[in-house]
Amino acid sequence: MIIVAKAHVYGDNIDTDRIIPGKYTKTLDISQLAQHVMEDLDPEFLQKFSPGEILVAGKNFGCGSSREQAPLALKAAGVSCIIAKFFARIFFRNAINLGLPVLEAPEHDIQHGDRLSVDIENGIVKNLTTGKVYACTRLNGVMKHILAEGGLVNYLKKYGDFVTD
Amino acid sequence: MASAGYTIAEKIISRHTNRIVRAGELCVVKVDGCMATDTTAPMAIKAFREMGGLKVFDPARFHLIIDHAAPAPNEKVANLHQMMRNFAKEQGCNLFDIGSGICHQVMVDHQKVKPGDLFIGADSHTPTYGALNTFACGVGSTDLAAVMLTGKIWLKVPQSIKVILNGKLSPYVSGKDLALLLCKKLTTGGATYMAVEYHGSAVASLTLSQRMALCNMSAELGAKTGIVSPEGLVLPYDYTPIFPDSNANYVQTIELDVCGLKPQLAAPDSPDNVYDVRKFEGTPVTYAFIGSCTNSRLDDLQTAAKILKGKHIATGVRLVVAPASRKVFLEALADGTIQTLIEAGATVINSGCGPCVGTHEGVPGDDEIVISTANRNFKGRMGNPRAKIFLASPATVALSALYGKITSPENESV
Ligand code: SF4
Repeated sequence: MIIVAKAHVYGDNIDTDRIIPGKYTKTLDISQLAQHVMEDLDPEFLQKFSPGEILVAGKNFGCGSSREQAPLALKAAGVSCIIAKFFARIFFRNAINLGLPVLEAPEHDIQHGDRLSVDIENGIVKNLTTGKVYACTRLNGVMKHILAEGGLVNYLKKYGDFVTD
Repeated sequence: MASAGYTIAEKIISRHTNRIVRAGELCVVKVDGCMATDTTAPMAIKAFREMGGLKVFDPARFHLIIDHAAPAPNEKVANLHQMMRNFAKEQGCNLFDIGSGICHQVMVDHQKVKPGDLFIGADSHTPTYGALNTFACGVGSTDLAAVMLTGKIWLKVPQSIKVILNGKLSPYVSGKDLALLLCKKLTTGGATYMAVEYHGSAVASLTLSQRMALCNMSAELGAKTGIVSPEGLVLPYDYTPIFPDSNANYVQTIELDVCGLKPQLAAPDSPDNVYDVRKFEGTPVTYAFIGSCTNSRLDDLQTAAKILKGKHIATGVRLVVAPASRKVFLEALADGTIQTLIEAGATVINSGCGPCVGTHEGVPGDDEIVISTANRNFKGRMGNPRAKIFLASPATVALSALYGKITSPENESV
């Protein structure tokens, strides 16, 4: 899958409380989550961001709580994929389990508004604005299968158990 | 390489899969137990059903705890709690309803997790059980749903960092101060994807409660888990301790002498923004919180009671205390600790997460300065992004409530 879209860039250590404050997590209604996504960090996030666009961050994106509402809210708001220098581990797992592509590009210098072309399978991000190419850590094994099935729910619905190992 | 020994994490994971594994390998492991809370269980139950799940793999190994917003503050939460109760009844699994306490304390109090176990919790502070020489890791709801269905989880065997803390701790310097010191040294995210192993004479002398406080904040380092060496660990039952091999491979070894370490605090808005309490001494506070899975066990409450006995907190300060569990609450009632705290002006609330996560029971107002024994002080953590949160040990928090300003316990007589 190749995604071509505009990048919205945020900084380091964006925690799950800033992605979706705890007070909004008490719901199974996904559209309600999307309404409050990133609001403590950038109150205008939802006005600026169009569905299908790409979220880019620095180090340790999604640190803090295990709340899966964080990647879910981003996915519900239309985030097509997230690129960060590295992710907090629970956020990273949760995103894959929800079928939201996450790519680690340790050396990226993507600027706000750059247009990107993202090759999820091969882990390559091209910056169409500057011409730069960033190599990303590639997903392997079971993670790749889960993402390919669109998340862990679909994966287990299909296979009934973990098929690797 | 072939002759290198194994870390604790590698040993425990190997025992739960069908082969001997090393750091970096991906594997599917069997779990000894798993749990979810009212923040994560509703989504997990939904995902479990969507996966086609009818029966959880083993009801005796799956626990539901209602602790994060308990009792329910509104109808939405009340309905999610009902969903958990109904699911527990249907599946015959353990339900720890409101007032039982914070998930992590409940699992330890009820011996649902033991040394050598591989335990998965749908809560980021699950590494707390590493205090019991356990490999315990936090996941989100969909991962947990997969465990509920299969009794298994996929894991990448983590690399380990060895932390050796030597020396005798000064009075009023606790496991929490050590945890904050490590946040400072390793920074948030500094141990991402890794296991942090805690060793050394300062660690060996810690009680289980203090080990839990230390291990709890491994989550703030981004670690997959924290594991405390079993040296000096006393439990009310027999167990087989798991030590690392002397030639095990570590990505990093940090050795610190903690003799003379001063009480530590994390200033707003990050748990790694750590200094000696002294640096902020005199900063006025209006809200003090003693609670959370980091510090609300019996010894934490007793420390606060000792400081506040026969005295009263400063005018204009609220002190909220949430005991870690019903067991802790009852013990603190029986020995007079609760009475002392209430006489000193504390508001004691039910056992559970309380205001730690900002959903109810004590959200701070705009521009308030809070001092708390919890583990996170991100903006908005306690429900109001305009409040500032300092994190410290129970002794520092109690003393700061007493004087209405940040105060270091380093000069207190013990
Ligand atoms: S006490 Fe706070 S940190 Fe601990 S489990 Fe509850 S909400 Fe999470």
